[in-house]
Amino acid sequence: MIKVDQLSRSFGSITAVDNISFEAAKGEVLGFLGPNGAGKTTAMRMLACFLSPDRGTASVCGHDIRRRPIRVRRSLGYLAENAPAYDEMTVGSFLNFVCDARQVNGKDRRDAIDRVVGLCAIDSVYHQSIETLSKGYRRRVGLAQALVADPPVLILDEPTDGLDPNQKHDVRQLIRRMAPGKCTIVSTHILEEVEAVCTRMIVISDGRIMVDSTPAKLKAEYNAGLDEIFRKITRHKGG
Amino acid sequence: MNGFLAVCKRELKSYFATPVAYVFLVIFLFFSGYLTFKAKFYEIGRADMSLFFRNLPLLFVFMVPSAAMRLWSEERRTGSIELLITLPITVPQAVLGKFVAAWIFMGIALVLTFPMPITVCYLGDPDMGLIVTGYMGSFLMAGGFLAVGCFFSALSKSQVISFILAVVACAVLVSAGLPTTLDYLGTFLPPALVEVVEGMSFQSHFESIQRGMIQFKDLSYFVLLIIGWIAASCIILDERKAA
Repeated sequence: MIKVDQLSRSFGSITAVDNISFEAAKGEVLGFLGPNGAGKTTAMRMLACFLSPDRGTASVCGHDIRRRPIRVRRSLGYLAENAPAYDEMTVGSFLNFVCDARQVNGKDRRDAIDRVVGLCAIDSVYHQSIETLSKGYRRRVGLAQALVADPPVLILDEPTDGLDPNQKHDVRQLIRRMAPGKCTIVSTHILEEVEAVCTRMIVISDGRIMVDSTPAKLKAEYNAGLDEIFRKITRHKGG
Repeated sequence: MNGFLAVCKRELKSYFATPVAYVFLVIFLFFSGYLTFKAKFYEIGRADMSLFFRNLPLLFVFMVPSAAMRLWSEERRTGSIELLITLPITVPQAVLGKFVAAWIFMGIALVLTFPMPITVCYLGDPDMGLIVTGYMGSFLMAGGFLAVGCFFSALSKSQVISFILAVVACAVLVSAGLPTTLDYLGTFLPPALVEVVEGMSFQSHFESIQRGMIQFKDLSYFVLLIIGWIAASCIILDERKAA
C-alpha cells in the first residue's frame, strides 16, 4: 500500500532524508525509529504530501505523491507531530470541518464521528474548545481527525509523545485494534512502543535507513534488548 | 463540500468564535462614523455619502491588514498549516477559501454601516446609484487590500511583521494616487510616468467608481490586483509552508 522509492530531501546543506526506499503492506504496523533529527518527520511529511521530495518518489495506495497529491491525502490519515489543531474550535466543529474537507457527508458523517468519538474516547470533551484540552485529549482529537474518514493508510508522527502511561497504553491499544485493516506507519523514539505495536521496524539515522527488520528478528540477531540495539545502530553511524 | 468551501466556512466561523470579529467591527464602525461626522457631514448640507467613502481608503489601510494578518501567520505559527495542507485540499483552494472568508467578513463590516445611508435618506433625497457604486467600490478596494494582506501574512510567521508590511504596502498603493504625491512626482518625473503611478494606485480607481462610473479599466484593475496578490500568496505558501 505504501511504496517509497529513493526518496531524498535536503534543507540547504543539511540532508534530512537520504535516498530511502521501503514498502509496507496492509495489516503491517511499521515503526519508524530514530534519534531526534534523524529525518523521520521529514520522511512522513513527504508521504503526507506536505513537503515535496528533491529526488525519488513514493506512492500511497497506487497514487504517486508527486503527481496525485490530493488522491494520496484522501487515502491517508495523518497525525502530525504535536497534533496541530484549531484551538478556538470545539472538538465537534473541528471533526465536522475535517469531514467537510474529506467530503464525508450526511449519515456517513454522523456515523464516522460517532465511531471515532467512541474509539478515541473523546465524548466527554466533544463540546469543549480545543485550547482547553489537556495534552492527552488533544492528541486523541488529532487521532480522531486522522481516523474520521476511515482511510486505508495511517501515518502517525509520535502519537504517544507526552502522554501519561495510561494514555500511552490506550493509544497503543487503539493502533493495534485498527491495524489488521490498515497499513500504519508510526514514528517514535520510544522503543517499548515498537515492541508493543509494531510488526516491523525501520531504524533511520542521519536520513538513511540503517535497519529494516522485525523487533523479534533484530533481538535474536543482536542477542540484546531493543534499547541496546538502537544505541549500537545509531551511535555507530553517528561516530 | 469541496476544499475551498470547507476552508471558507471554517475561517468565517473562526472570526466570530474569537473576539477578533467583534473588536474589528466595533472599531471599524466607530471610526467610519467618526471620520465622516468630523469632516462636517451636517455642515456641508448635502445628502450624499461622499464624505463617508472618501475616508474609507485611509481607514482600510489600517483595518484591512489587521483582519488579514492572521490568515496564514497564525496557521504557520501554531503548525495547523500542516493539518490543513495534508487534508485533501490544494494550496490555491486553501488560499482562496481564506481570502473569500475574509472578504465576506469585510462585506459584513460594510453592510453594518447601514445606519449611514439610512441617515442620509432620512435627511434628504440622495442619489442611490452613487451610494450603491460607492459601496461596490469600497468592497472591491477591501478585496484588493485583503489580497495584499494575505500575501504578507503568507510571508511571515509573525502577525506583527505581516501587519506592518501590509500597512506599508497598502499605504504606498493609496498614497501613490493622492494629488500631493502626484504633484511632487511631477516635479522630476515625465508626465507619462506620473500617469503610470497614478494608474497603479487604489485611489484613482476607487474615486472613479465612487463617482458612479463603473468602467472596465477600474474593475479590471481590482480584479487583476486581487488575482496577482493571491497567486503570489499561493507561490509563497507552497515554498515556505514548512519553513
